[in-house]
Amino acid sequence: MSLKNHADAAQEFIRDEARTDWHDETLWFVRHKRDKAVNTLPEWEILRDWASRIKNHTLSNLDYYLRSFEEKAASNGIIVHWASDAEDHNRIIHKIIADNKIEHIVKSKSMLTEECHLNEYLQNKGIKILDTDLGEYIVQLRKEPPSHIVLPAIHLKRQDVSETFHEHLNTEKGNYDPQYLAGSARHHLRERFIESDLAITGVNFAIAESGSFVVCTNEGNADMGAHSAGIHIACMGIEKLIPKTEHLGVFLRLLARSATGQPITTYSSHFNKPRPGQQMHIVIVDNGRSRQLGRADFRNSLKCIRCAACFNTCPVYRRSGGHSYHSTVAGPIGSILNPNLDMKANSDLPFASTLCGSCSNVCPVKIDIHEQLWKWRQVIVAEGYVDKGKKAGMQGMAWVLSNPRVYRISGKIGRWVMRIFPFMVNNRLNVWYKQREMPKAPEKSFRDWFKENK
Amino acid sequence: MNVGLFIPCYIDQFYPDVAIATYQLLKKLGCEVSYPMNQTCCGQPMANSGFSNLTKGCDVNFVKNFKDFDYIVAPSGSCVLHIKEHLKEGGSPAEIDKIRHHVYELSEFLVDILEVKGLKASFPHRVGMHVSCHGQRGLHLSSMSELVAPEFSKSEQLLRMVDGLELLKPVRTDECCGFGGTFCVFEEAVSVKMGKDRINEHLVNEVEFICGGDTSCLMHLEGILKREGLGVKTIHLAEILNSAL
Repeated sequence: MSLKNHADAAQEFIRDEARTDWHDETLWFVRHKRDKAVNTLPEWEILRDWASRIKNHTLSNLDYYLRSFEEKAASNGIIVHWASDAEDHNRIIHKIIADNKIEHIVKSKSMLTEECHLNEYLQNKGIKILDTDLGEYIVQLRKEPPSHIVLPAIHLKRQDVSETFHEHLNTEKGNYDPQYLAGSARHHLRERFIESDLAITGVNFAIAESGSFVVCTNEGNADMGAHSAGIHIACMGIEKLIPKTEHLGVFLRLLARSATGQPITTYSSHFNKPRPGQQMHIVIVDNGRSRQLGRADFRNSLKCIRCAACFNTCPVYRRSGGHSYHSTVAGPIGSILNPNLDMKANSDLPFASTLCGSCSNVCPVKIDIHEQLWKWRQVIVAEGYVDKGKKAGMQGMAWVLSNPRVYRISGKIGRWVMRIFPFMVNNRLNVWYKQREMPKAPEKSFRDWFKENK
Repeated sequence: MNVGLFIPCYIDQFYPDVAIATYQLLKKLGCEVSYPMNQTCCGQPMANSGFSNLTKGCDVNFVKNFKDFDYIVAPSGSCVLHIKEHLKEGGSPAEIDKIRHHVYELSEFLVDILEVKGLKASFPHRVGMHVSCHGQRGLHLSSMSELVAPEFSKSEQLLRMVDGLELLKPVRTDECCGFGGTFCVFEEAVSVKMGKDRINEHLVNEVEFICGGDTSCLMHLEGILKREGLGVKTIHLAEILNSAL
């Protein structure tokens, strides 16, 4: 994963302008499909409001709903584990694998395991997991992190995929036909599903009243895995809960429309209890979520249902790519979640936004994303994770702008310099000037004009 | 009607014509307009960069200059939004509350308070509309493409009163131009790319002018247009509404 900050990584991404345009247009197409889908529902804004309120209520009573979920799930025969952090999560899963002497593991639909870096953890212990969702499968072969939480390989063109498959699956060189490529992947994956002993999936919604959970997929790999393997482990963050089954209708209608513009995902699989002879585990993970729940300004980021609509609409994301966010969850929502996980390492992310507000408007659960970006900026500066030069510049600017006389004199001198010695500002030290002309500096300010003409 | 004219610092310094047009327009529409002589900046550049702890001086100065007006009007959605959302010091809670509820962006003041029904303005040109995010999504000056809601636009409502003006919209009606305050230098590459993409959509429409309600966005677009040697000009809404009045 890149250690560059967002601005530098973005600059590198944009160097290939034609590819940037392709990336932007591909994701804009998804946003456009979302617009068309949501406009078929006159009740769309009401649904968003309901979803927001259900999630707010759940977060405010999370202890109650978590206990209720655990109790019901256990009585259904599901083994429930609690993980306070990523390390715990990985250790629990490793123990299940080791206890059952498992060799073949398939995984589908879990960004949480990415967040916890489960693949690397198990790899270091000599255990290999196969990611089975096509996009995840592609990036896993390329040893890259996903660049998008719903479309993990969206940064790749089919030509790239063709080369990767040629290298790893021995497909025909130069055959870019998406159907051929997907067919080859499917053929390869089918064998792995059949031989698998253990399947790991994510969870989209966990229902407190029934102890069951729902996984939403388009490819059906979560089902293939869970139905063919003797052990199913489902991993979920503590925020995945909803109180009742009847609430699912609200969220299922919002999720796929927001994510891809589909009315609903191809599969909405409900898991209630293990089938005879099967082991079913649920790992409930905190990993910083309860800390976020305790931050009054940021708690409602936990309403997120991971649709990635905010990625697709974000003009910055579309032009900088997911990897520039150097985190599992990129995009605007990642920029408000990641500072909670590691403020120093992610101190650049809340600044990777123009605060245009489009993210908050597409959010199906009405998270005030752009306002939280603004608030994170304040926290990050207050905690001291800010460049010294920037801080000094801001202090200087604040002093000038707080003193009307100083402001007027500075303005007059500044404009005079720009008129008489334009090279003083039109040079390489001025970042603005790199690709933009400076505004023309008039002789008189408006105030000067006003004094003469009022 | 006692109106305090709030001219953002960069307009005062670099775009006095926008301020003059705003002043003249309000006067011609019958307002009693004052320009408080000791105003500087709303404090937004610091606050949006994470330094809201440094905006006290600007807050105090703003309240001192503007506390006695019935209405405060500015040709900028962004600066107005900052005052509405973040002004917190420099006066009694009642004074601050009054300012926050009586500060208006120009187009919303003309449409909602003055209820302008007609203008004697003429601007026979092809004009592309640039929607600025803070005015739109922050002050709700127009409908937003993300929401399922009826369409409206206060600035378009006004531009349709101008003789000869042909209004053209880009395909992505309300995508951000990439200015974003200090974003324009700290994320220079993305900022310029966003600006270029906006401009390209207007070029397809063969516009002569790109019009907007926020000079900051226009300054960014103008900088790119000039560097690329494109003939399209930027113009503030106030300048069009004031033309040939």
